Amino acid sequence: MGLTGIQIFKLLPKTNCKECGSPTCLAFAMALAGGKAELDKCPYVSDEAKATLSEASAPPIRGVQIGDKKVGEELVFYRHEKTFINPTAIACLVTDEMDDAEVDAKINNLNTVTFERVGLTLSADLLAIRNSSGDAGKFEALVNKALGATEKGLILMSDNLDALEAGAKAANGKGALLYAATADNCEKVAEIAKANGASVVAKGASVEEVSNFTGKIVAAGVKDVVLDTGATDLKSMFYNENQVRRAALKAKNRDLGFPTIEVICDMTDDPYKEAMLANVAIAKYAGIIVMSDIDKERMLPLLVQRLNIYTDPQRPMVMDEGIYEINKPGPDSPVIITTNFALTYFIVAAEIEASRVPTWLLIMDVEGMSVLTAWSAGKFVADAMAPFVVKSGMKEKINHNKIIIPGYVAQISGEFQEELGTDWEVIIGTREASDLPAFLKGL
Amino acid sequence: MAFSAQTEKYSGKMGTLTFGSGDQALTVGGQASMPFAAFDGDLPNKAVIAMEVYDVVNPEWPAAVVEPFKDVINDPVAWAKKNVEEYGAKAICLQLASTDPNGEDKDAAYAADLVSKMLAAISVPLIVWGSGAVEKDAEVLAKVCEVNEGKNLLIGPAVEENYKKIAAAALGYGHAVVSQSPIDVNMAKQMNILINNLGLPMDKIIMEPSTAALGYGVEYSYSVMERISLAALAQNDEKMQCPMINDLGKECWKAREVMLSDKEEPGFGPDQEKRGVLWEAMTAVDMLLAGSNLLIMRSPKAVKLVEECINELSA
Repeated sequence: MGLTGIQIFKLLPKTNCKECGSPTCLAFAMALAGGKAELDKCPYVSDEAKATLSEASAPPIRGVQIGDKKVGEELVFYRHEKTFINPTAIACLVTDEMDDAEVDAKINNLNTVTFERVGLTLSADLLAIRNSSGDAGKFEALVNKALGATEKGLILMSDNLDALEAGAKAANGKGALLYAATADNCEKVAEIAKANGASVVAKGASVEEVSNFTGKIVAAGVKDVVLDTGATDLKSMFYNENQVRRAALKAKNRDLGFPTIEVICDMTDDPYKEAMLANVAIAKYAGIIVMSDIDKERMLPLLVQRLNIYTDPQRPMVMDEGIYEINKPGPDSPVIITTNFALTYFIVAAEIEASRVPTWLLIMDVEGMSVLTAWSAGKFVADAMAPFVVKSGMKEKINHNKIIIPGYVAQISGEFQEELGTDWEVIIGTREASDLPAFLKGL
Repeated sequence: MAFSAQTEKYSGKMGTLTFGSGDQALTVGGQASMPFAAFDGDLPNKAVIAMEVYDVVNPEWPAAVVEPFKDVINDPVAWAKKNVEEYGAKAICLQLASTDPNGEDKDAAYAADLVSKMLAAISVPLIVWGSGAVEKDAEVLAKVCEVNEGKNLLIGPAVEENYKKIAAAALGYGHAVVSQSPIDVNMAKQMNILINNLGLPMDKIIMEPSTAALGYGVEYSYSVMERISLAALAQNDEKMQCPMINDLGKECWKAREVMLSDKEEPGFGPDQEKRGVLWEAMTAVDMLLAGSNLLIMRSPKAVKLVEECINELSA
């Protein structure tokens, strides 16, 4: 990865034909190196150069698509170095030895357990179907049932190649992930995957064992590989995940340059412990985790954990501008204005909620800055806030004229009052959100 | 390409902090690798969980977290004993919430006396935490130090506005200090330097880089702590080599995802205790993965889950 512009230039035709849109081949090479152009724009590039360039520009950890969910493509060890990219996919396990009611309940949870947060819908991602019975017919029937019951991507798990093939055929074209190829059968599994548009898990007892045969799967024509390095508990999972990422990013080991899968429901029977394993797996590099169930109480913290860890540190989470109703406010309820930094919103909203005082929370778009930052950047100031308040439609919902500003911007109250005129009365609120309940109750 | 295991070697290592006195003293920190990476360097001391005790409880606490203590909730000394004897607490953190001037506003002499009684009743090291009111904390914690001289308490939080009085009292009467800074690597370092300049040695200081719960900025605490850990280990920055503590119980148990019943928010699920326990346990594990050495936690179930994680990852 990461050829320089000059290295790329040497592989180009050097005719300066301009057909790519760049004035010279050198300019085009520079644009390619900076990721600002696609090689396809050059009509005359040789196949050899194409191969070299695509090899060199391949990410150190391959991106693998399962259904509509992509995993892999990670570039760092610590999120502050840049960001984590594709959030860990969470899968729910069903087996062909469960009765219909159990399967239905689990698929229903997978389909319906969702949470809204910062304008996003958080949910689990994949259905893992295991051929516990060993019977190919039963497995195929369950895959067919699942295809009718969920839109989520599928992981098909069987040691029986006939069953795996039957399942893969049933799910042909759905981008399923086959689990698993081993050192002994990897060519056959790759063949099945190739024939049915599926990707493949390479499974072994250790990182080293897996690294020895992923190349065979790729050589057989399946480039989308996921690694199961045989972890059986928290400690081995932590070690293996660290080693796989180090191998891919530091040693540039292409044989381990793939996302990982951890079947954590096989590591414990305790739902709490499973949640803790999932928590560590999300923070420490797992591409996919397979869990025993998608229940609300475990998913809420896990999905928030995933959102937090995978948030781009350079781009704060933001809320949509607008009026938020907390504790079912009415015409005489107080109005509080603050910024659209998601953290500000969450903390303020949680305190209002805890106070049980019905309140209107007016959220202003200041590009996701906190109150003081937005104030010093000239975005949360009187002449910007006043037009926003007027246009917000807040006035039409209330029968009073009081608006509460954060205590940290007390200094703008005079000017804000002036801008708003007699339609509003500006009140200075608390500096800390934690003092809001007492403040609201004392109004 | 053949696989070979990669290890990281760091030029620096984290310092240690010992709190408590005599046979009961506990030491945290001293790690020469990132968290749980024993394959890279020595991890001499396991992370410790201190269980919280409040001298006054907010009536808004969810029933799920009152339940384990309901027989002792109005008696902090009995609560501390229960945490040690029944829930296996390895350390106790006394939260002096009643000294808050916006609350009961109890005085310093009361606090110092309560600490003495608690020390006499329990056999594990004690952390004493102020209410967060900057000026009052300085007054209360100074008195706690004076009255309990030589007990090697861990006291805090000392912040930019009140560290002088707190650190001087700790130095004068033989205690250790929590140095708290607002989610910022440079501010954390600055606080260590300021406190150290007053004469308190680095091994009497532990950093609290400001703890946020899951969903309420945990990623900021996480990344600041990873950066502090790397500064201490990879850059061998001596002023960043104080171990870290996270005061997380109170942050987790006020999250709306924990406070609201399934009647108020049906989408969150009916088992409110499970939500709360996992909210606290997951926040705690995040802090450990980012480099924490000492956690302040509330729910006995969450403590047990996190201790299992620590033990398995350290095995």
